[in-house]
Amino acid sequence: MLEFRLKSFQRWQKMTEPEWAHVSYPPIDFQDIRYYSAPKPKGNLSSLDEVDPELIKTFDKLGIPVTEQKRLSGVAVDAVFDSVSVGTTHQDELKKHGVIFCSISEAIQDHPELIKKYMASVVPAADNFYAALNSAVFTDGSFCYIPKGVTCPLDLSTYFRINAAETGQFERTLIVAEEGSYVNYLEGCTAPMRDENQLHAAVVEIVAEANAEVRYSTVQNWYAGDEDGVGGIYNFVTKRGECRGNHSKISWTQVEAGSAITWKYPSVVLKGDHSSGEFYSVALTNNRMQADTGTKMIHLGNNTSSTIISKGISADNSSNAYRGLVKIAAGAKNARNYSQCDSLLVGDKCSASTFPYLECSNSSATIEHEASTSKINADQIFYLQSRGIDTEGAISLLVNGFCKEVFKELPLEFSVEAVKLLEMKLENSIG
Amino acid sequence: MIQVKNLHAHVGDKEILKGINLTVNAGEVHAIMGPNGSGKSTLSKVISGHPDYEVTSGEVLFDVNFKQKDLLDMEPEDRAREGIFMSFQYPVEIPGVSNTVFLRAAFNAICRHQGVEEMDPMDFNDFLSDKMKLLKMDPSMLSRPVNVDFSGGEKKRNEILQMAVLNPRLALLDETDSGLDVDSMKIVANGINAIKSKHNAVVLVTHYQRLLDYIVPDFVHVLYQGKIIKSGDKTLAYEIEEKGYDWLIG
Repeated sequence: MLEFRLKSFQRWQKMTEPEWAHVSYPPIDFQDIRYYSAPKPKGNLSSLDEVDPELIKTFDKLGIPVTEQKRLSGVAVDAVFDSVSVGTTHQDELKKHGVIFCSISEAIQDHPELIKKYMASVVPAADNFYAALNSAVFTDGSFCYIPKGVTCPLDLSTYFRINAAETGQFERTLIVAEEGSYVNYLEGCTAPMRDENQLHAAVVEIVAEANAEVRYSTVQNWYAGDEDGVGGIYNFVTKRGECRGNHSKISWTQVEAGSAITWKYPSVVLKGDHSSGEFYSVALTNNRMQADTGTKMIHLGNNTSSTIISKGISADNSSNAYRGLVKIAAGAKNARNYSQCDSLLVGDKCSASTFPYLECSNSSATIEHEASTSKINADQIFYLQSRGIDTEGAISLLVNGFCKEVFKELPLEFSVEAVKLLEMKLENSIG
Repeated sequence: MIQVKNLHAHVGDKEILKGINLTVNAGEVHAIMGPNGSGKSTLSKVISGHPDYEVTSGEVLFDVNFKQKDLLDMEPEDRAREGIFMSFQYPVEIPGVSNTVFLRAAFNAICRHQGVEEMDPMDFNDFLSDKMKLLKMDPSMLSRPVNVDFSGGEKKRNEILQMAVLNPRLALLDETDSGLDVDSMKIVANGINAIKSKHNAVVLVTHYQRLLDYIVPDFVHVLYQGKIIKSGDKTLAYEIEEKGYDWLIG
């Protein structure tokens, strides 16, 4: 592992920071970032009873279910507070099915053969600037392994919180789904308000073997900065899934409602024949947030398919860009892709951009692309008000209507949270 | 039921309503006519609370639970919940929100306000289909997003469908007949006639006499340059049809 990190660091030092995204920010002083911070107390925690009750209280306040009360809804939780995974519930039940769900640092100790086999196989250290940085300095994250034929009995969930000032969070998550397995993975992210910008450069890798399915859902509400754009998280993340086996499936669903700058492209490499990738996204920007997000669907095998539904909502002075790549390799026969990118503008100072890239090297492919742009305006709000619906209800109807194709892909509890989150963010932006 | 007293309203710098006085009682149908730019649409919009218009003086007193409340103190959604309804001249499109979802949200909001039990989706669907039949509307229209890709006639019928569902005490129908062919207009008029009763009132803003052949007004008012310059019964409408407005303005 040390060698891996050192090599990555050397690679990173030789790389130049990328500047092609549709976002702008003052230069990051990489020396100035604290790369590791642990909440007190440190050390191995084998059960939640050992966790500092203050920490548990914090999570409760954030509405994050770390305690066993979550057992009723069948969700196992790995909570990562600053750079340390503070607790993973339901370990025993998962063990019964052979499912491994623990922190990456534990996995490196307890399952080195799996880590060696899979880590960096989907996102190599040299992949990009931030992946290289992450590979050198990643501290913790979640590891999840589903053995052959197992449908994971619980939804797996990770909550990330960046608490200490000036800390970057560089978590690394690895999910491996062996043949015929299934897992539903939920990720939630939050951070308190701070004046300075904090960097979140995570890497998430997913491997799906033959006939396996991994569903990965994220609701992200990192602190986005104030209305003048001061402070906020830089969310520069590399997420990629590889459908290695035939008939495998990976689907990414994200609701990005926070961060000063969001720069991420959860992608799927479709190696296996008949494999499929899906990307469902709602990205909301308000105040002075910036987003450049989208996906890459790389079709390599035969009869592969991908679906992209991206909904961008921009309000106030924010800037929201969709960037997507659909690439059909020369040897990929009968590939199918459907892409739909919709933008919703709220007010007249925001911007929405779409940068779709289609690279098709095989003439048997079917590719469909649709895009639309629309506005929420005061007339629509008044129309609904004149029928007895108040402003809050009106925004809710309009935003829900716009996002429903994406929200229905979220697990139920996330979709309720997502709707409320968007309503809250848009409240002051309309009219 | 409603008393408009000396109502003055601006849009931007321009004063549009220059002292409107109008009383409408339950069971009555009033028609408001007048040349373009006289303020006919503005009157409806101000009563329903459109944010573009600023009221500079006057009152709009509406009977609520045997008391008179000034509508101008109320938010638009509260006015609607007390029973004010406006049919828009140019209904806006609401993509992503189906007619059913929208109608049920509005209906239940009004029920909650009036202390009446909300309807569950099954009962509501039955209730809706009766109203659809009244307006000869295709049931498939319910799952379509509100007014999106609707023809002019469909949009106007959709407005009256909402009126039928929400059952207002005062309906302000702003040029409901404009852009409608004769058959559509008859359907809309029949719908309105079926809804109107001695418990509610209708104010029709219109340019044309022909709608008034189907919905017979008790009173006709002519609005000119922000003021009502003449009121009469339905025969006034015939006179205007014949002679235009010059004889009134001069």
